[in-house]
Amino acid sequence: MTRPTVDLRPTTQPPLPRQRPITSFLTKPQVIALVAVLLVNWALFPGFFTITWQDGRFFGSLIDVLNRGAPVAILAIGMTMVIATKGVDLSVGAVMAISGATAATLVTNGIPAPTAVLAALATGLLCGLWNGILVTVLEIQPIIATLVLMVAGRGLAQLITEGTIVTFSDPLLIFIGTGSFLGLPMPVVIALVLMVLATLIVRRTALGLLIEAVGVNRSAARFAGLKAGTLLLIVYTFAGFCAAISGLIVAGDIRGADANNAGLWLELDAILAVVIGGTSLMGGRFSIPMAVLGAMIIQAMNTGILISGFSPEFNLVVKSAVIIVILVLQSPLSARLFRRLPGAPK
Amino acid sequence: MTRSLRPLLATTLIFLFAYALAVSQQPAMLSTRVLGNFLTDNAFLGIAAVGMTFVILSGGIDLSVGAVIGFTTVLVAVLIMWLELHPLLAFAIALIVATAFGAIMGAAIHYLKVPSFIVTLAGMFLARGGASVLSPDSIGIEHPFFTAVQKSYILLPGGGRLTVVGIIMLIVFACAILLAHRTRFGSNVYALGGSETSAALMGVPVARTTISIYALSGFLAGLAGVVFSLYTSAGYSLNALGVELDAIAAVVIGGTLLTGGYGFVAGTFIGVMLQGLVQTYIVFDGTLSSWWTKIVVGVLLFMFILLQRLVFRAGPRRT
Repeated sequence: MTRPTVDLRPTTQPPLPRQRPITSFLTKPQVIALVAVLLVNWALFPGFFTITWQDGRFFGSLIDVLNRGAPVAILAIGMTMVIATKGVDLSVGAVMAISGATAATLVTNGIPAPTAVLAALATGLLCGLWNGILVTVLEIQPIIATLVLMVAGRGLAQLITEGTIVTFSDPLLIFIGTGSFLGLPMPVVIALVLMVLATLIVRRTALGLLIEAVGVNRSAARFAGLKAGTLLLIVYTFAGFCAAISGLIVAGDIRGADANNAGLWLELDAILAVVIGGTSLMGGRFSIPMAVLGAMIIQAMNTGILISGFSPEFNLVVKSAVIIVILVLQSPLSARLFRRLPGAPK
Repeated sequence: MTRSLRPLLATTLIFLFAYALAVSQQPAMLSTRVLGNFLTDNAFLGIAAVGMTFVILSGGIDLSVGAVIGFTTVLVAVLIMWLELHPLLAFAIALIVATAFGAIMGAAIHYLKVPSFIVTLAGMFLARGGASVLSPDSIGIEHPFFTAVQKSYILLPGGGRLTVVGIIMLIVFACAILLAHRTRFGSNVYALGGSETSAALMGVPVARTTISIYALSGFLAGLAGVVFSLYTSAGYSLNALGVELDAIAAVVIGGTLLTGGYGFVAGTFIGVMLQGLVQTYIVFDGTLSSWWTKIVVGVLLFMFILLQRLVFRAGPRRT
């Protein structure tokens, strides 16, 4: 049955972002920022852009940026959808720890690796579903609803690993974290596939439009006949799923599940990546590829600070400076200022 | 007994029930020694949670609290050990810096019109980063003043010790209760949390109140940092990691509504004590691992949020 009141086919809409020419993509501030950061890195370390082929895969600092940035990029894909509905998911770091712990514990107990991976993904889905139920059924503010799992999640992960760091030598799990496919590191491949799939699903169907509608005004969306609750459930579950994938990658990378430190503070990096990507925290406007680009900008800065010999903690200062600049640029105050600047009539 | 006091009453009853349950398992927990340690061990959390209560009452959130505590401990340690200032002077400087930091965040929230959560997130990065730029390593503080303060206490009947940091926390709570419920500033905070637009229309100075709230939260986080440095005699940039979450949990468990405009400072005190109780019980028991603290606090948090929803769904609905 069709709903006569809602016609969601984008027939008479202005051209969508993907149909714009490539030049407008290249002049986006995020792309310019990424290029600028990469050029600074290149100035600091001349071999930065060198990529070599060895043992059937690419090596180089640039590949390393992609590889290290992949977990945050994957989190950012899920986080973008959540933030587009005017929510936020603080629990993704803890869910990473839970998923890694699940996979590692199952594998060390003799369960076949594919089952363990599926189980880890299922726990991620469950965690996301839990958040979604708190947000939709109990109508708790997202920041608080996900705080519950953020506080309790690491405890749960430690419960699963029984307080130890579970190490494993299972080839499949290690392959997810450190393997390569077509010369690219596996995390990068996973992030790319997830990004393309998520973007296609969201932009080639009405789903993206519906998510934006819920983000702009949930009550209005419900009155317009959207199932806002179901949509929110799907979005939070998807965020949990992304976090579980990220958790598997991080666990595979260090060949162990560290309930205390896996994904620690990564929720903040993911939110930052989404904000850098231009998704509005007030909901209703989002871009998944831009959020992934945001994650790459963050990682390029991390790498740059490491190569230039500053202590890793210095990163935090740079990150906060970036947030402050973005906030000032996005604020209505500066919008007014910019409008006044180019010789506007008084 | 007005209806609005019910959540506070519920929290208090749950605390008493939990304490009775803990005592029935571990009879040794019923002593002023344990109670004195409750106050001492949770002093920094309690002070930070008071600031958080005001922020949440106004409808915001402050994620920078833990980082400001860490930064203050490092700043105090640097001022005392490297610049050889008197601790009291160092405390004063640290408190001024923390207050100014909070005020700037408040100004950013009001004038840039961004959610408090993202501004204080930047503040959190800045304070942690700033602390580790000051000194990446832990600095031990050795000063006669510190030893004197740490050794002074009031002996309670039954052998319990009410330490200086415990007394500071109690004074902060007493002042905060007066500030929230008996002053114009307090009423403004509640009005702002109820609805910013209505508050502005009623003539509440929104800019001044918002900045004051975050300055207060910064000041109290700074004070918590001072207390933390007295408690541990060290300044370290990673001190008090994640305390903002404990503080938020304490405020919520204390019955303050997360949408703002409703709650009690006294409830936060019970919230802090309840977390302290969970931690102490786990230490007393000895067989439970420390990660149970996190799970139990998470479950408590969930229960109280659920309770709030039920209590408020029964009343007039607000959207």
